[in-house]
Amino acid sequence: MIEVEKLSKIYQMGGQQVPALDGVTFKIEKGEFVAIMGPSGSGKSTLMNLIGCLDIPSSGSYRLENLDIQDLNPNQLAEVRNRRIGFVFQSFNLLPRATALENTELPLLYGRVPKATEIALQALERVGLAHRAKHKPTELSGGERQRVAIARALVNNPAIILADEPTGNLDSATGKEILDLFQELNREAVTLILVTHEQEVSRRAKRIMQMKDGKIIADTSNGAGLC
Amino acid sequence: MLIWDLFKMALRSLVTHKLRTFLTALGIIIGVASVISMISIGEGARRQTLNTISKFGTNIITIKPGQKKSRHVTSGRVDTLTLDDANFIEENIPLITGVAAQVYRSAQLKFENKNTNTTVRGTGASYARLANFEMDRGRYFNNEEIRSAKRICVVGSTVLKNLFEDRNPLGKTIKVDGKNFLVIGTTVPKGALSWYDPDDQIFIPVTTAQKRVFGMKHVQSIDVQAGQIDDLEIIKEDISRILRQKHNIAEGKEDDFYVQNSSQWLNSWGDAAKTFTYLLGGIAAISLMVGGIGIMNIMLVSVTERTREIGIRKAIGAKKKEILQQFLIESVLISFLGGGIGILLGIGTSRIVSDLGDWETIVSTQSIILAFGFSVAIGVFFGFYPANKAANLNPIDALRYE
Repeated sequence: MIEVEKLSKIYQMGGQQVPALDGVTFKIEKGEFVAIMGPSGSGKSTLMNLIGCLDIPSSGSYRLENLDIQDLNPNQLAEVRNRRIGFVFQSFNLLPRATALENTELPLLYGRVPKATEIALQALERVGLAHRAKHKPTELSGGERQRVAIARALVNNPAIILADEPTGNLDSATGKEILDLFQELNREAVTLILVTHEQEVSRRAKRIMQMKDGKIIADTSNGAGLC
Repeated sequence: MLIWDLFKMALRSLVTHKLRTFLTALGIIIGVASVISMISIGEGARRQTLNTISKFGTNIITIKPGQKKSRHVTSGRVDTLTLDDANFIEENIPLITGVAAQVYRSAQLKFENKNTNTTVRGTGASYARLANFEMDRGRYFNNEEIRSAKRICVVGSTVLKNLFEDRNPLGKTIKVDGKNFLVIGTTVPKGALSWYDPDDQIFIPVTTAQKRVFGMKHVQSIDVQAGQIDDLEIIKEDISRILRQKHNIAEGKEDDFYVQNSSQWLNSWGDAAKTFTYLLGGIAAISLMVGGIGIMNIMLVSVTERTREIGIRKAIGAKKKEILQQFLIESVLISFLGGGIGILLGIGTSRIVSDLGDWETIVSTQSIILAFGFSVAIGVFFGFYPANKAANLNPIDALRYE
């Protein structure tokens, strides 16, 4: 499903070339639950942005569902983000003035999908928040907000869900609930890629990729995640 | 995303910041309102004046005694025209349909215990026709009465009101500078201009005025009516030629009279009024422009404020075009709103001006379309830069923006 080959990203900083990602190669199959770990500056956010089609690589290739991402223009990238990728952020990133339902609906509206409200409601149901559909993010707890964000990520039936420190802003009990939800979704064959620096979180994944200095230094299967 | 969804989003964001939206629209409101009211006032003034002027007749040529100029010094000879000249013109130019020589001066009128100060105009018999005065009661004096210099008069409606308080004046005698005059007619009101009331005068035979009231031998102006407007220029030339001949003016010397026609005056006045309207409209357009800059300013602030929102939208699949549209719709909505309120305010203002100022105003559909179209264009024009800025934001940076 994801084929990454010799993917590099080099930033220009004051005339100097800083390699944030240095020729990484890996594959991720459908239904996997991968945790990408590493200290800050290790390149995991850069890799995340590339996989999420928010950025284009300096060199190398990235195939997502047989689509050569590095060859796409910004409009096509936007379409890929809309149809094939769901984002979950550390700080939720919901639109504050829109209700939970409207937030969930948004990707469908941009994708011009008919019956958007119906589908969005189903997604909210899937994360257990159908009863809070008419509430605005300010009226929801942190855990509920993240559930709305997950519903929004799910709503277009994407190929992968990318989660960047999804429990970083939550207390441990709520964080656990969110991770439980992720595992449940994974059991329903949703492909998950999760960026984190917490061991606790990464233990839930089936596979852990360790990064350092823009390279993948370890790529291991995780027994605990398979349970 | 469908335009309708973008429209709903833009509307929501404007409703959320009601005060800000209103203040932003205020620039456009004031701009549109002033464009509409200014143009309506200017247009009303122009039309009113042209109407009144055209009541005096547009096919009239006026001859005035010339002031001879020698270098920079103007010597005041104003006695170069006579009744003879008027008769001579009437007899010798075939294209004309009437000649009326005039003398005029302000004089004291008295009837019973009432006094008024007004213009006394000595005229020929055809003056009423030439100057478009219609008779209300009685009649104008005839050539026979002029020849015998009778002491009779026709009074204008303003004088009628002042002296007789609208009682029937026919057959009554009024005193003009102490001399008795019999009232034989009254004229239908023409309506006053702001600086001149044509109804505030009385008419007496020109000979009577010369011999018995003013004591002068010359006339102050001669009105000549052209049969057809197209003949005006030929008639003017004819008048110049035969008057020079009659006055024995050697070739190369200047005329001792002026020939002008009212349509020239009408045109130049119309042009001046049009310029005035454009000037007012121009000033108002500047305020519209300032309003547009206000929109741009607020939209720029709004884009910065909502950087994160833009980042989220881009991350979940908004295309550049859709972000651009969203912000453009917002700015156009603001100017649309401003334009709508401005039109109502402008119409209201011109109503108030015409009610309070007794000044006709004309709100033309053209000015409404112009102002409205202009304000929406301003919304697009000044909204484009901020919207484009939003559309070009890098989603990664926008998402990290605090």
